[in-house]
Amino acid sequence: MRQRSPSTTAPGQHTPAVSEPILELRGVNKSFGPVRVLHDIDFTVRAGEVTALVGDNGAGKSTLVKCVAGIHAADSGEIRFAGRPVRIHGPRDAADLGIEVVYQDLALADNLDVVQNMFLGRERGRYGLLDEADMERAARRTLTSLSVRTVKSVRTKVSALSGGQRQTVAIAKAVLWNSRVVLLDEPTAALGVAQTRQVLDLVRRLAEQGLGVVLISHNMNDVFAVADRVACLYLGRMAAEVHTKDVTHGQVVELITAGRSGDLGIARPESATT
Amino acid sequence: MADDETSPTATATPAASLDPDQHHTDQHDSDQHYTDPPAAITDFGIDTTSRSTDEAVRDYWARLRGGDLGPLPALLGLVVLLAVFSSLADTFLTLGNIANLLAQGASITIIAMGLVFVLLLGEIDLSAGTASGVAASVMALHLVKGGNLLGGMGQGVFLAFCAFLLLAALLAAVMRIWAGAAISLVALVIAVIGVPPNPWVEMLLAICVGTAIGCVTGFLVAKVGIPSFVVTLALFLAWGGVVLQLIGQGGTLGLNDDVLFRVANGNLGTAGSWVLCAVAAGGYAAVVLGRHFSRLRKGLVAPPTPLVLTKVGAVVVLAAVGTHLLTLNRSVSDVVVITGVPYVVPIVLVLLVIGTFVLERTRYGRHVYAVGGNREAARRAGIDVARVRMSVFVICSAAAAVGAIVYSSKVGSVDPNAGGGNTLLLSVGAAVIGGTSLFGGKGRLRDAVIGAAVLATINNGMGLLKQPAAVVFIVTGLVLLLAAGVDALSRRRAAAAR
Ligand SMILES: Nc1ncnc2c1ncn2[C@@H]1O[C@H](COP(=O)(O)OP(=O)(O)O)[C@@H](O)[C@H]1O
Ligand SMILES: [Mg+2]
Repeated sequence: MRQRSPSTTAPGQHTPAVSEPILELRGVNKSFGPVRVLHDIDFTVRAGEVTALVGDNGAGKSTLVKCVAGIHAADSGEIRFAGRPVRIHGPRDAADLGIEVVYQDLALADNLDVVQNMFLGRERGRYGLLDEADMERAARRTLTSLSVRTVKSVRTKVSALSGGQRQTVAIAKAVLWNSRVVLLDEPTAALGVAQTRQVLDLVRRLAEQGLGVVLISHNMNDVFAVADRVACLYLGRMAAEVHTKDVTHGQVVELITAGRSGDLGIARPESATT
Repeated sequence: MADDETSPTATATPAASLDPDQHHTDQHDSDQHYTDPPAAITDFGIDTTSRSTDEAVRDYWARLRGGDLGPLPALLGLVVLLAVFSSLADTFLTLGNIANLLAQGASITIIAMGLVFVLLLGEIDLSAGTASGVAASVMALHLVKGGNLLGGMGQGVFLAFCAFLLLAALLAAVMRIWAGAAISLVALVIAVIGVPPNPWVEMLLAICVGTAIGCVTGFLVAKVGIPSFVVTLALFLAWGGVVLQLIGQGGTLGLNDDVLFRVANGNLGTAGSWVLCAVAAGGYAAVVLGRHFSRLRKGLVAPPTPLVLTKVGAVVVLAAVGTHLLTLNRSVSDVVVITGVPYVVPIVLVLLVIGTFVLERTRYGRHVYAVGGNREAARRAGIDVARVRMSVFVICSAAAAVGAIVYSSKVGSVDPNAGGGNTLLLSVGAAVIGGTSLFGGKGRLRDAVIGAAVLATINNGMGLLKQPAAVVFIVTGLVLLLAAGVDALSRRRAAAAR
């Protein structure tokens, strides 16, 4: 594991030496019936970096994440993982590659406890029996390694956790698996200031551990606080992928709302030159 | 055990607040002004140690207030019912009546245990009653016609029956529920070969037919995607018709077989009763204590030791007292002697243990709870949701068939009403009264046993008080309504607490 100095939380001044793209999308298209949601998306995630994925509501961010996660099948286009083209047909395929997703709606089972949720679908044990001790220890180790201390007992039912704690569990679930890419869909949308801070720290720490991290967020402050690069979706098209330090808040907002800003972004529909 | 993380005594994390007595936000947390649910975990520090009894009691109380009542209302209700009936009817607390109560409640208990699997997914199986009737009538027909189902059913019906079994096996195989497929085929083989009648074969046949029925129900719900309410409502009617067809209007098929008769009417000998007590209570104690101390040793989350010891002690004492009472002579006449634990007790216990083990210790059981709690989360976790959904209907119908064996044995015959009437409603009622949520995800197998005990007690006690059937039905209905109300309210509470 490439461990970088854990003290860094401001990414702008600490751009990593060019790292390998771990996940690459090339010309990915996706339609729901007649509705074209993703148009020829190119998107790159690098190990050890936080890539922010921004865009207006309905721009297709969640859909993009679900295509990578195997929840939706892309209609066309190529997904490359660690340099190899891969096919992702279901959640298992994505998990096998080391791609984990923290969904916008968290996807935790309320009636199960923290350990049970973290291992859902990938329970440990032989002959169909559960090895609870092993799972409990591994869950606790992961929470500890993420410096998560907000969960009192790993045997607490998720229904008894607060929003921030649920988010934490969902993230811990994603990193339990020696994952190499973690995609987080609006992890801070429902959180208060302090909880947001905690989650962003966690996000930063994941990148420092060498994972490729994708953070979907509407909040420019969050984006500029943790992201190395910003990718902006506009009406299902990739408007721009830029380094955070090369753009201003205002430019990103313009990219989100209009699809272009100065010489960045897609050409306007009327002057279709792209 | 040396853990490489925080020491089991939770002294490692400096930011952790370790005082077990503190409540709600402490200073580390005070800058976060989110509102906590009543049962929320509010302080810091992963707690690996076992809690004190004090804390455990407080946690339990918080859970109750958070709407997680479990079987508590049913247990309280049972205590009240026992007190009321034993004070009003002096025959209620006699040994004979208690043993009778066990036999009366057994079939409902068994069907309810199967229904718990279905309810855990938030589904319903309205056809469990009449499906059990089909299993009972095929069993009785096979016995009465000397193993010749072709003769008993008539050619057309027999062919349809075989085609149905084959279809069930195919559907199960398509969904990779191999056990369902194999068991359905066993029924087909028994039917086609014309295996000579034998009580054990009859029971096997009944269970196989039940399984086959479940395969078809489950496929329609899980793969075709018809809501379970509609599928099973339709099948409820259809199976009722099939029972009528198999037995004939006004007909009755007597189960003239000693083994079949003794299933619900026989008792273990005195020695056997004590062996059962030793195996059941001893096994329970060994498993619970073994697990508890192993968790403690490994530094895993465990309930407080005194609480566990109390629980185990109570179960052992209850088992011993129950066994002692049931080995006394409970005959009302001087000529015959009736002693021993009824066979239905070990039957229910075995099913309870197996089912509980499956639900709580296996990957499959975990997936059942997950699908019931959040189907989309389960799907995203890579769980084959359709397969899990189908499988619970298979289990439910198979359990219903076991229930059918027991109630047929109790009356000694199968008539066109088998599994009809209020069999299903009482079974669903038992599961819900015991604390299984109709909304899915919440419930345990023991709920079915506790709930069935409540219903059997109401029926039995009201009967002793010479109440007309009308009153018994109304009271039973109200109790069920009450239980469903508690379920809905506790769910609202849990949702509001978030
Ligand atoms: N399962 C679906 N079926 C049909 N349309 C969908 C589905 N999921 C998303 N969409 C549509 O795709 C578009 C993009 O949605 P989404 O990816 O959720 O946007 P974002 O996450 O960027 O807000 C929206 O117009 C939405 O209505
Ligand atoms: Mg979204």
